[in-house]
Amino acid sequence: MNSKPARMMILLPAIFMASAFSLIPFLLFVSCAFKNPSDVAAVPPEWFPSFYLGSFHSAVTRYDIFHYLANSFIVSGATTLITISLGCLAGYCLARIPRRPGQVILMVILACAMFPQIAIAGPIWSFLRSAGWLNTYQGLIIPYVALTLPLAVWILALFFKQLPEELEDAALVDGCTRAGAFVRVVLPLSAPGLFTAAILTFIYAWNEFFLALLIMTDPAGQTMPVGIALFQGEFTVPWGEIAAASLITTAPLVVLVLLFQRRIVSGLSAGAVKG
Amino acid sequence: MKKKEIKFYLALIAPALLVLFLFIGAPIVQSFIKSLHTIITGLPQLKAPFVGLANYKDLLNDPVAVHSLRLTVVFVATTTFFELLIGLLLALLIHHRFYGRSALRACVLVPWAIPTVVAAQMWRFLFNDTYGMINYFIFGADSASYIPWLAQPGTALFAIIFADIWKTSSFAALLILAGLQVIPQELYQAAEVDGAGVMSRFRHITWPLIRPALLVALLFRTIDAFRVFDLAFVMTHGGPADATNVLQLYGYKKMFVEGMMGYGSAVSVSIFVIVLILAVLYVRMVGRRMLEARA
Repeated sequence: MNSKPARMMILLPAIFMASAFSLIPFLLFVSCAFKNPSDVAAVPPEWFPSFYLGSFHSAVTRYDIFHYLANSFIVSGATTLITISLGCLAGYCLARIPRRPGQVILMVILACAMFPQIAIAGPIWSFLRSAGWLNTYQGLIIPYVALTLPLAVWILALFFKQLPEELEDAALVDGCTRAGAFVRVVLPLSAPGLFTAAILTFIYAWNEFFLALLIMTDPAGQTMPVGIALFQGEFTVPWGEIAAASLITTAPLVVLVLLFQRRIVSGLSAGAVKG
Repeated sequence: MKKKEIKFYLALIAPALLVLFLFIGAPIVQSFIKSLHTIITGLPQLKAPFVGLANYKDLLNDPVAVHSLRLTVVFVATTTFFELLIGLLLALLIHHRFYGRSALRACVLVPWAIPTVVAAQMWRFLFNDTYGMINYFIFGADSASYIPWLAQPGTALFAIIFADIWKTSSFAALLILAGLQVIPQELYQAAEVDGAGVMSRFRHITWPLIRPALLVALLFRTIDAFRVFDLAFVMTHGGPADATNVLQLYGYKKMFVEGMMGYGSAVSVSIFVIVLILAVLYVRMVGRRMLEARA
């Protein structure tokens, strides 16, 4: 292992296996989106797609996936916006108050993320029904905010702690109020932390299925995961259309991962090191 | 702190705490209260009478619920074990410095980033009994011996376990990677100078130092595996013959399909209690390990 060729002998197969494990099942599936319907179910499998685009066409025209996509963007976007706004206020508070109470509150907030969704599903559903909020955007956005807040607060609190307090002290001396120092000095420096928390919140809301299934029973308000899960064909499973819809849902996430891999890794692992 | 500052900080944290209280804390208490009543969504005229612990008593005598608990435990134990194992191997690999490492990291993140529902449809396709590629990989064109993976109890559970391992090993890898990154490189250099081989460096440096990160990954993965829902809902809908009717799916069906809110709440409170006990156990373990490490 100390010589270079020997190292490569182990490293190369390992790299190959890790990327094959991660990518090949997904590629086999989404390639169905570009196959003729008769090729999708062929035995032996038709490995290479024929670049047939009919499945996309039918997914858009017959299954109207763009409205699911629009719902997903509205719900995930609004969730991210609200979670990050509330999260940066709370995170800043926890980073600046004395250690003991700060840690206790942070632990309580984190504990909220550990609960199984089903433990809150019944009461939330009853509440939304009595408020007339089933099948509304706010009915889904508010529970999502509650579920994504803990991780966002955690990431942001860790980030604010790294910023030296002297920065705000200087602003205070210069005549800023506390709130002014936060908005003018701290927030502009926190763009990386805000961004990491926003990506993770967005991915969570984009992928969430359980609550979306309960709350959005009317197809008009359903998000992409619900649409994909409930995809029904008339006689056979419409794999081409499911694959096309899956590819469209996944594409924004894959782009996020490729562009911001470093941030996602550091954001997700923040909890593990300090925890 | 001055009084004015306390007010300022309270105002900052109040909105977040309020949201968490209203939509997580209060609903959990309400779930518990509902579980002490008979509530049937379709029959509001019954007026939800208080029944004490009767729902929990019924739950213990409900063969479907006991079966569901047993198979969920099998699911949690198997997926967590393999996810930590594969996660550890992946973490060791993506921690290594080589040309193209960030491209590999992005690849490894793909299963984590795609929606679980998409992963579930994907494996439903790959495990298909007539044209699924997994059958083709194993048996070739000999379609007579193809296995109907999702239509047999044992293989259906295997399929959702397999799908979960594929989906979440990379998340475990990231948590373990965080542990690897805080190990000082000097330790390895010193060990190498002293003539320690790869295996003994792993045993005496890497392993003891990543144990806290492994425990954190174990905590997150066990708790998360207990709320498996999406995979079972899409791939098998709990079948065949309840073979993949995991706890959260069972509770969902009771509450939202059959409309038995009270009984379903008893199911969900039970899941909550199991997860809570596990979390407390793990946190105490991790906490003690950390103290030991410091001493």
